[in-house]
Amino acid sequence: MKVLMLDQAKCTGCRACEYACSFEHTGKFNPLDSRIKVNEFWEDLTFVPSVCLQCERAYCEEVCPTSALTKNPETGVVELNKEKCIGCKQCIVACPWGSIKLDHTGKEVIKCDNCGGDPACIKVCYPGALSYEEVEDITNVKVQETATRLKEIAKDLVKGGA
Amino acid sequence: MIKGGFKGNLLRVNLTTKEVKSEALNEEWAQKYLGGRGYGTRLLLEEIDPKVDPLSEENKVIFATGPLDGTLAPSSGRTMVITKGPLNGAIACSNAGGHFGPALKHAGYDMIVVEGKSAEPVYIWINKGKVEIRSAKEIWGKLADESDELIRGQTHPLAETMTIGPAGEKLSRISSVMFNGHRASGRTGVGAAVGSKNLKGIAVRGNEDTTVADPEAFMKAIYKARDILSKDAFAGQGAAMLGTAMLVNVINGVGAFPTHNAQDAYFPEANKISGETLREKNLIRNEGCAECPIACGRVTVVKSGPYKGSIGGGPEYESVWSFGAMCGVSDLDAVISANHLCDKYGIDTISMGSTVACAMELYEKGYMPKEDAPFELRFGSGEAMLKAVELACKQEGDFGKLLAQGSYRLAEHYGHPELSMSAKKQEFPAYDPRAIKGMGLEYATSNRGACHVRGYGTAVEVLGDADQYAYEGKAAIIKTLQDLTAALDSSGICLFTTFGLSANELAEMVSTATGFSIDAQEFMKIGERIWNIEKLFNLKAGFTRKDDTLPPRILSEPIKTGPSKGHVEDLGKMLDEYYQLRGWNKDSVPTDEKLKALEVQILK
Repeated sequence: MKVLMLDQAKCTGCRACEYACSFEHTGKFNPLDSRIKVNEFWEDLTFVPSVCLQCERAYCEEVCPTSALTKNPETGVVELNKEKCIGCKQCIVACPWGSIKLDHTGKEVIKCDNCGGDPACIKVCYPGALSYEEVEDITNVKVQETATRLKEIAKDLVKGGA
Repeated sequence: MIKGGFKGNLLRVNLTTKEVKSEALNEEWAQKYLGGRGYGTRLLLEEIDPKVDPLSEENKVIFATGPLDGTLAPSSGRTMVITKGPLNGAIACSNAGGHFGPALKHAGYDMIVVEGKSAEPVYIWINKGKVEIRSAKEIWGKLADESDELIRGQTHPLAETMTIGPAGEKLSRISSVMFNGHRASGRTGVGAAVGSKNLKGIAVRGNEDTTVADPEAFMKAIYKARDILSKDAFAGQGAAMLGTAMLVNVINGVGAFPTHNAQDAYFPEANKISGETLREKNLIRNEGCAECPIACGRVTVVKSGPYKGSIGGGPEYESVWSFGAMCGVSDLDAVISANHLCDKYGIDTISMGSTVACAMELYEKGYMPKEDAPFELRFGSGEAMLKAVELACKQEGDFGKLLAQGSYRLAEHYGHPELSMSAKKQEFPAYDPRAIKGMGLEYATSNRGACHVRGYGTAVEVLGDADQYAYEGKAAIIKTLQDLTAALDSSGICLFTTFGLSANELAEMVSTATGFSIDAQEFMKIGERIWNIEKLFNLKAGFTRKDDTLPPRILSEPIKTGPSKGHVEDLGKMLDEYYQLRGWNKDSVPTDEKLKALEVQILK
């Protein structure tokens, strides 16, 4: 099972992911229709992408009165059935992350569906702040980065001991 | 009928009468000039007398996007500021990246035309098509980034902003316009044009879609373009890794890095201020403008020493050069601090550094009374450089006020205008024309004054296959690049895309976005048309052939050291050929036949 992985340190704040997402789902360009959002903190010149985390215990699913939201056990994606959605917005209230939202018209609930297994946002993220990885590998990148730094220290330690 | 790319609306804000209105975009102009620089210049030609004082109420300031702004086209976040330029009175178009342009499109407008002059400081708030003119009394005097934060606080946290700093308020002729508090429309003194209208800023936020004429073909074209860019040695690799400052060692390595106010063109200490050193010592992260796969933007901090804690965007290659080699300074921390300071005060880093260098030469040669400068203004001193920048930013004392007007007015004041390294009073950037011949022609003929982004000859002459010292063929190269850039600037994307993309790919993106039938040839013709109407503006403003020149130093004093030792620039060899290629007469006036071929004869 694959999941969307975010790396804040690599995000350059270009927001191409928002445009790719919006186009993938609507055929138009509108950041408000994007399921992924790049949060910018201009005072610190820092960029933090955020997207639906497809929670194991999904409050949006629990609170949905019409079962429009259901977790697909195979893909791990919390799927939205538009036909069943009545637009009550309880899922938006329940989501702790603000990752399920209304589109630019303010009427339709939208959420990340990993583009059915081929996320559009990944394709335009040249700095590699977004990736789509197997769950088993999800922390490997970070573990390896930390290990690489520790390796340098370890090398010095050996020198010191010899 | 506009099918896509454009929103089709122009917002007109009159600050004298407080009248706000939305107008339909002129479709014929959109076809002939695209958006941004082209459309803005056409509109300015229509609506103002090119002879007006740039700082008068009669001048207008246009903030314009192109048809690719607000789409997924690579590097499509450019906003053009078009006005009669305060630095030299020529047609000015200064552009910046960031996210303001796309936001304006999402708010429903392709451009904003600001007219008149407010009696009190104001800012404009454009929210989903609704427009308010609000008091900026409490924001006036604040730094550009502080103003960005304050205006977002009063409007919407996610609004995109344009602000000016104190330099623009005080009408510095080298002041810039800042977007998102840290992205500069640096050149030609556009900040003063905004300041002269008592306009502190613009905040914009929208919720509309941007659409393109042929979505499927468009996405194919832009994915192709993005792919080409990601594989390009400069755009995809070098600039992404080291920022534009990667050029420091490259340009110095070919002996084209002006030092000590261009008394030489080789800086032995270049590596201390290089992109590599910047990455190692000061880089926090890379920053990309809207939809940019390159992300050449830098976020930097000074980690120790007297300037510790200075944090901000940049410095770009040009700023590293102007505050560094041009002033003989190899202290990168001082260079970075000067850059951050200029962004906060809203002043052009290229002109500022070059002006300080000019002051240093005037001081060292005894052309100015030593007591005019409140400290020793010697080449090589990072401390003196930074103090001078601070004086100019704050316009402290007569000397600070003088520095804030640029090198030409400074040098003229002391009776040595020849020591200003400028063309049409605008300081040239970090490529010595004696060592890169085509760049000299580019500086001399640039409609807005000396500049490297009106046809980046260096891309061909140093990074490409052409011989940097040859004159042959340079007129054609520069003309082609000028035309290409004029059309590109009107489409809404960044000049850096041309490192990988040709007119073919650019035309493909523009035509699939707009639905206009534009192939590479037509794209170049649009560019040539724009170049010619800019020239017509300048002719009407009083510029002649004699303004198409370079400082006497460049034309007569050979480079002293380095790989380009002994070279001077001979503009005469290229200039006549250039006019001929342009279809202009010897006085640089476009012929009737040329204007007719470009369908702009009515504008003569």
